[in-house]
Amino acid sequence: MTATIQLQKGKPLVELRNISIAFGGIKAVDDVSIDLYPGEVVGLLGHNGAGKSTLIKCLSGAYQADSGEVRIDGQKVEIANPRDARALNIETIYQTLALADNLDAASNLFLGRELVTPLGFVDDARMEAETRKIMARLNPNFRKFNVPVSALSGGQRQSVAIARAVYFNAKILIMDEPTAALGPHETQMVSELVEELKRQGLGIFLIEHDIHNVMRLCDRASVMKNGQLVGTVNVADVTDDDILGMIIMGKKPAQAA
Amino acid sequence: MTETTSHSPQSEQKRSFLQTLEVDTRLLGMIGAFLLVCAVFFVVTDGKFLSARNIFNLTIQTVSVAIMATGMVFVIVMRHIDLSVGALLALCSAVMGLMQVWLLPVYFSFGYGHVLIAPLAMAGGLATGALLGAFTGWLIGYQRIPSFIVTLGGLLIWRNVGWYLTSGRTLGPIDPTFLLFGGSEGTLGVTLSWIIAGVAAAGAVFGLFQGRKSKLKHEFPVKPMWAEVSLAGLAVVAILGFVAILNSYQVPTLKLQRLFEARGAVMPEGYSEGYGVPYSVLILIVLTIAMTIVSRKTRLGRYIFAAGGNPDAAELSGINTRLLTVKVFALMGFLTALSAIVAQARLQNHTNDLGTLDELRVIAAAVIGGTALSGGIGTIYGAILGALIMQSLQSGMAMVGVDSPFQNIVVGLVLVLAVWIDIQYRKRSGALK
Repeated sequence: MTATIQLQKGKPLVELRNISIAFGGIKAVDDVSIDLYPGEVVGLLGHNGAGKSTLIKCLSGAYQADSGEVRIDGQKVEIANPRDARALNIETIYQTLALADNLDAASNLFLGRELVTPLGFVDDARMEAETRKIMARLNPNFRKFNVPVSALSGGQRQSVAIARAVYFNAKILIMDEPTAALGPHETQMVSELVEELKRQGLGIFLIEHDIHNVMRLCDRASVMKNGQLVGTVNVADVTDDDILGMIIMGKKPAQAA
Repeated sequence: MTETTSHSPQSEQKRSFLQTLEVDTRLLGMIGAFLLVCAVFFVVTDGKFLSARNIFNLTIQTVSVAIMATGMVFVIVMRHIDLSVGALLALCSAVMGLMQVWLLPVYFSFGYGHVLIAPLAMAGGLATGALLGAFTGWLIGYQRIPSFIVTLGGLLIWRNVGWYLTSGRTLGPIDPTFLLFGGSEGTLGVTLSWIIAGVAAAGAVFGLFQGRKSKLKHEFPVKPMWAEVSLAGLAVVAILGFVAILNSYQVPTLKLQRLFEARGAVMPEGYSEGYGVPYSVLILIVLTIAMTIVSRKTRLGRYIFAAGGNPDAAELSGINTRLLTVKVFALMGFLTALSAIVAQARLQNHTNDLGTLDELRVIAAAVIGGTALSGGIGTIYGAILGALIMQSLQSGMAMVGVDSPFQNIVVGLVLVLAVWIDIQYRKRSGALK
């Protein structure tokens, strides 16, 4: 696809260079380098335990890499915790959604970044109004603004997590299996959102098991196995069997290499 | 998934009376339980239980445990526990006792009755509580020792540090200004009590309608005007009624005579004076409002509840949950010291067994008040009501002459029953899965 190749000629938004991280002697991520361009979706694939989530947590601030560096817009950055990542406009939708079940949608959306009144108190009314606005765009059927998110369905919870990621003008979005717990209708909703965010010029890392979603949504796919990067391919240049081969055999297909 | 919260006109009509009032049904249940306890004892004691005198005493007796229970709500909401509050209370009391009877008047030669003794002793006690609480929180938050273990250690350590400092002696007499915070020795008097009641009632009404205004501004659904007005009316009646009862409790004539004699005056014939609101109760009321604001309207409160609901989510949202743990335990320590002031002043001296078993009363009050040990759920007013229910049971049974072992058996049963009812309620309402 020519469009993808043109995009890649621009300046990369994110560069993860030679990232390694070990837990108790086991190398969860071993010298992995990947990059991400604006308006691009990069799929991260691999078996459970291949190191995808761990790698991405180095970018979202949940983990710190033992070695290697992270560059944003060409600048080397230190991401010591999730606050640093947020300050760099990196937003993450975790597989677990990371919602506080006992709080309502607005409190979750603004968690850690509450809107406050001039006196420094949290401004629940304004936060709820903002939540209603963004939900009207993302999930118009959403009505449950005044109940804890534990009372929401899987799809509704997912839309709260997505709203939280896109509300704060993210430049880089990390989505860890965003459709794993969703029905067909909601999966479609997420796909449309990914397309829209792409058009807006966000860079998106998409961790995904479903090969069809990868072929449909991603521009490039990076495959990991046992903590190492098998390779990165342009999705347009390969078949889903090629990618499956990379995941299972850990080998890069001949024509793309 | 039923759409119970949808705001279509049809479902609007189906809303029940209580839903329209938007009152917390759990709170209503607790108030109901409390009223039931009161009603039963009212009948059994021929009305003595609800005499002005007993209500006055009941509120005074509740203060110490209730103050700590507000802090315990935050601790338990964060999925921790604090078993050391009773012991820490004794240590704070020992520090304040030593400052009053020896350090300030003798060592620093202030002399007894110096105006600075009470404030300095209190500051010393509060600082001790907050610092030791912060240290406890640091061990839990940063060193990752389970709170159960750290505070179990504290339970064994703090009281005995107090014992060591005081050589096990009872310390007294304590400073006259300090005594004012114990209850009946320091009250606002009738006039001031009415003024404060008026301000509180006005504040409650103002708060309710301010909330309505804010909702209207953002075009959120609001409850009908009649509901708003009846809630405001209920609040006003409750506040004024409570103060009226405390005002109607008369200071004993002999005590008044002594007061007049102390001033070198003669008491006029037929002179009488109501107690009004004790300072300690006023402290508790102000604290309850402050802690409720903290829990609902500040980032600190929001983070405490978020961290209790899902610690990982809180951490990933950029909340420093370790520092938060230190803050919550420091606050708990501070409130324990505040309780120590009230408890010591009420007893009129420091004894080493002050606050023994208070940790269990405080935890029970918070839990009866609907605080879930699994974290994330709890209210300040619930804990106060919990403390009130327990104290009512104990004092009512003592009035009736129930044997001491049976008193504890009943309180224990009530604790378990309250939690069971709470779990059933949450299952029904879908908050528990």
